[in-house]
Amino acid sequence: MLRFIARRVLMAVPTLFIMAVSVFALIRFIPGDPAALMLGDMADPAGLSDLRERLGLNHSLPVQFAIWFGNIFQGDLGHSITSSQPVLPLILDRFWISAKIVLIAVLFATLVAVPAGMIAAWRQNSLLDLVLVGAATILLSVPTFWLGLLLLILFGLKLEWLPIVGYVSFSEDPLAALLYIVMPIATLFLHEMGVLIRMSRASTLEVLRLDYITHARAKGLSEGAVLMRHAFKNAFGPTWTLIGLVLGNLLGGIAVVETVFTIPGLGRLLVDSIFARDYPVIQGCLLFIAFVYVVVNIVVDLLYPVFDPRVTAE
Amino acid sequence: MRFAAPNAILGGLIIGVLGVCALFGALWTPFDPLKINFAARLQPPGPVYWLGTDEFGRDVLSRLMTAAATSVWISLLTVTAAVSAGTVIGMLTGYLRGWTDRILMAFNDALLAFPGILLALGLLAVMGANKYGIILALGLAYTPSVARVVRGTVLSLREKEYVDASRVMGNSEAYTMARHILPNCIAPLTVLATSMFGWVLLAESALSFLGLGVPPPAPTWGNMLASSRSFITQAVWLGIFPGLCISLTLLGINLLGDALRDKLDPRMRGV
Repeated sequence: MLRFIARRVLMAVPTLFIMAVSVFALIRFIPGDPAALMLGDMADPAGLSDLRERLGLNHSLPVQFAIWFGNIFQGDLGHSITSSQPVLPLILDRFWISAKIVLIAVLFATLVAVPAGMIAAWRQNSLLDLVLVGAATILLSVPTFWLGLLLLILFGLKLEWLPIVGYVSFSEDPLAALLYIVMPIATLFLHEMGVLIRMSRASTLEVLRLDYITHARAKGLSEGAVLMRHAFKNAFGPTWTLIGLVLGNLLGGIAVVETVFTIPGLGRLLVDSIFARDYPVIQGCLLFIAFVYVVVNIVVDLLYPVFDPRVTAE
Repeated sequence: MRFAAPNAILGGLIIGVLGVCALFGALWTPFDPLKINFAARLQPPGPVYWLGTDEFGRDVLSRLMTAAATSVWISLLTVTAAVSAGTVIGMLTGYLRGWTDRILMAFNDALLAFPGILLALGLLAVMGANKYGIILALGLAYTPSVARVVRGTVLSLREKEYVDASRVMGNSEAYTMARHILPNCIAPLTVLATSMFGWVLLAESALSFLGLGVPPPAPTWGNMLASSRSFITQAVWLGIFPGLCISLTLLGINLLGDALRDKLDPRMRGV
């Protein structure tokens, strides 16, 4: 088990390293002095030469990279140009907001979509299957930013049940926080349902075709036992892997939902810093999201044997 | 002979209508999509302006048609770029193997492990938001998945007898690749390119919605939705029609993609 964990974690090292190189290279592609880019238009000459010294700009590129990489290891991602706050705490603050929304949405979507997809597969080609697959395909096709806007028009403007835009943290006012966060969560929930229902249905269909299902039926097991003990258990694996990818993609794509509902999350931070040309924050966000994406997928892989014991043997 | 699957018919129909609208939108629109007319500000849908007007009195239908042309054009160029670049990389790495393969694929896989839209955001931060920036950014973001698919196909084909036969006959490596390996990549590439068209169109709309896409006043479905947010209380239609266009297009592509996959890749049937 320990070797399995160690191998999986080691596999992520080259990926993370190449990502770090790419993010480092990104800034060096921009014409001009990186130190001037990092400090913005208002920099004074003393600050510039100081930063040039710290970034090692008069050394070769590999040395510059080594210095930068070393700083990252110590959690130093630089300072924001616009707010001069250190980048890492800024990112962490915003990350919790986004992570909360994404995790709750994906959790509920999984709880509803996985059984729904399995039932659709069990009753393949029935009316129920058609309705579920149709609904899933439609949900999949509606972009989150429009779905959010529609919910906002319906529940915020027409029915006036929910506040339209904004964000309140749970520590300030739990009830208000809940009201503000419901629509963004519902938006992601509905969208991810589309993705997960289709995946869960497809992997269940694949399992239902296998010989051991026929065998289980032939030896006289009840339909319920066949499904619960043999089909559904083995069909969950691929969906579980997909959940890891979904979580990562949501972190990349959550900026649009945060824009619709004006939520100060990580996606919004990245987009705002692109507008402001706040390069330290852009680099930090990209690195951080990539890192979270890799970590989430490692965790998903490590938990895989829990759902599919056949994998541990290997 | 079997009839086409219902999802192929519906998907094909939707994409056909989109294609006609895009072509039409590039050549002729009922009104000038950029002409500002304050006298006709925020008109609801009616007999003159079928889908209403926006905050500058511009005709929404005309803008949607022009936007369709822009989006289809950007998506086509991006998919073409990604498929061409990815095919070259995939063929080279799969056929030559060795160190070229290892280094390129390590890089490729690292990029694949990055959500596409995030990669595009990073590249746009450097290149600036405009039509060609988007094509380049999204093209680069989606190249790795093409390279992976092509490399896989090439790896499974290069040991086949007919590839050996071609070599033994004295054909050059380039000829063997073009004549015997490339044609076999077309089926998986068609499936991938179809879904990719949808991803790119969605990504382009999302970037435009964020203000990082095609800059206004040029209309795109994404930036029309973004500007509708300020007028949503007075003019709901501004927030409805562009989103409907994006959703219908993606629905058409998803249906068509499912049908294509069923037909070309029986292993993935029903996914």
